[in-house]
Amino acid sequence: MLERLKLAWVVARKDLLLEFRTRTAILSAVVFTALVLTVFNFGRDPTAVPTIDLAPSILWVTFTFAAMLALNRAFALELENHALEGLLVSPLSRTSLYWGKLIANLLFVTIVEAVGLPLFVLFFDVPVWHVLLPLVGVIALATVGFVAVGTLFSAMVIRTRFAELMLPVLLLPFLIPPLVGAVQVTARLLAGRPIVEAMGWLKLLASYDIVFVTLSTLLFPHTVDE
Amino acid sequence: MLSAEGLTYAFGPVRALDGISFRLEAGHTLAVFGPNGAGKTTLLRVLAGQLRPQRGRAEVRGGRAAIGWISHQSFLYGHLTVIENLRFWASLYGVKRAARDRRAAELLTRLGLVERADQPVAALSRGLAQRATIARALMHDPAVLLLDEPFTGLDLAAAAELRRLLAELVGAGRVAVITTHNVDEGLELATDIAFQHRGRFVQLAPRAGRDRAQVADAYRKAVGVSGA
Repeated sequence: MLERLKLAWVVARKDLLLEFRTRTAILSAVVFTALVLTVFNFGRDPTAVPTIDLAPSILWVTFTFAAMLALNRAFALELENHALEGLLVSPLSRTSLYWGKLIANLLFVTIVEAVGLPLFVLFFDVPVWHVLLPLVGVIALATVGFVAVGTLFSAMVIRTRFAELMLPVLLLPFLIPPLVGAVQVTARLLAGRPIVEAMGWLKLLASYDIVFVTLSTLLFPHTVDE
Repeated sequence: MLSAEGLTYAFGPVRALDGISFRLEAGHTLAVFGPNGAGKTTLLRVLAGQLRPQRGRAEVRGGRAAIGWISHQSFLYGHLTVIENLRFWASLYGVKRAARDRRAAELLTRLGLVERADQPVAALSRGLAQRATIARALMHDPAVLLLDEPFTGLDLAAAAELRRLLAELVGAGRVAVITTHNVDEGLELATDIAFQHRGRFVQLAPRAGRDRAQVADAYRKAVGVSGA
């Protein structure tokens, strides 16, 4: 187990180093986040719908689509010089490969969210400071689930034509449960409601994480092996 | 150490491997000669475990960790430096840090890459990238070497160094399978010779002192085309 985790970190570190060198995906995702929030900011009528009602949906729509950019690149990196073939014939277990990609994607999406959250506060003037800790917790809980599924689908579509188009088409239906849960919990937190009111949604998010991290780990070998 | 029994693999109606069998013991090098499309690369892909044979089986003592594979693809990441690539691949094969750095230094020196160690692979010429590929495949000191046209892109000096390196490794008890369409390239290292044509080994025999002209003649007769 420890050895698998160590090898997963080797894969994740390599992916992060590659991203650090090229900075293409992270910059695209951050710019995309800023642009989406700007569009929402200028595209809404604050007199028609109160900001606080719209804000949770806007936050999660932005995070979801920005994360797609990260997930798309996860296995695209391995197409260069057919590195994926090398990984698959090496003694690296499929589990370590999946976990490595998952860790790298989680860190990547976390960076995008860390930039996106302050921008969201800036544009929408939503008071988050008093609920910052639970909000970060909810973001982390929802992110684990959708990145776990996204990493699996990213591997599945990478050898198909139009992989970048296929990923959102396949992935978005699976993101509905964590997305709904995250929006519901965020809405209650921003409205100053007690966290116990959102306990059902939090349980849903936690269950989704456990089920889909496990399922994705088990299914991953079938998506990469010929 | 390495054995294949009735290996069969087809791409649709095209049989790339058609019942190939052989066995190699430590210290032996099998040179597989064949024209384009004979199925040489498919043979190595099956031996490396990348393709599962549709019939038959391949067995490598030590499993995946024992294989060093030089394929047509380098598996190298263009935005990582040569040394970063070597460390990464060695880590996947369980090579410890101290051994990894020692091995990398040794291979970079042997392959004339010391000055390129900190350059991104994307900045290397084809020949230098091929040397880096060879270093990548040898980082974990594999017991079984699968070499698909390993001399492609190498200049004369690098090709000579690779021959010396491979001769040392095989002399020390490794096993190698080299595929090439050029009799000149693989012959020097071969202890055993196979001619592959349309997925079959039309001839498999020890080299037994045969010189280049004899092998080329046998190849021409077996396959029907020149091997030079």
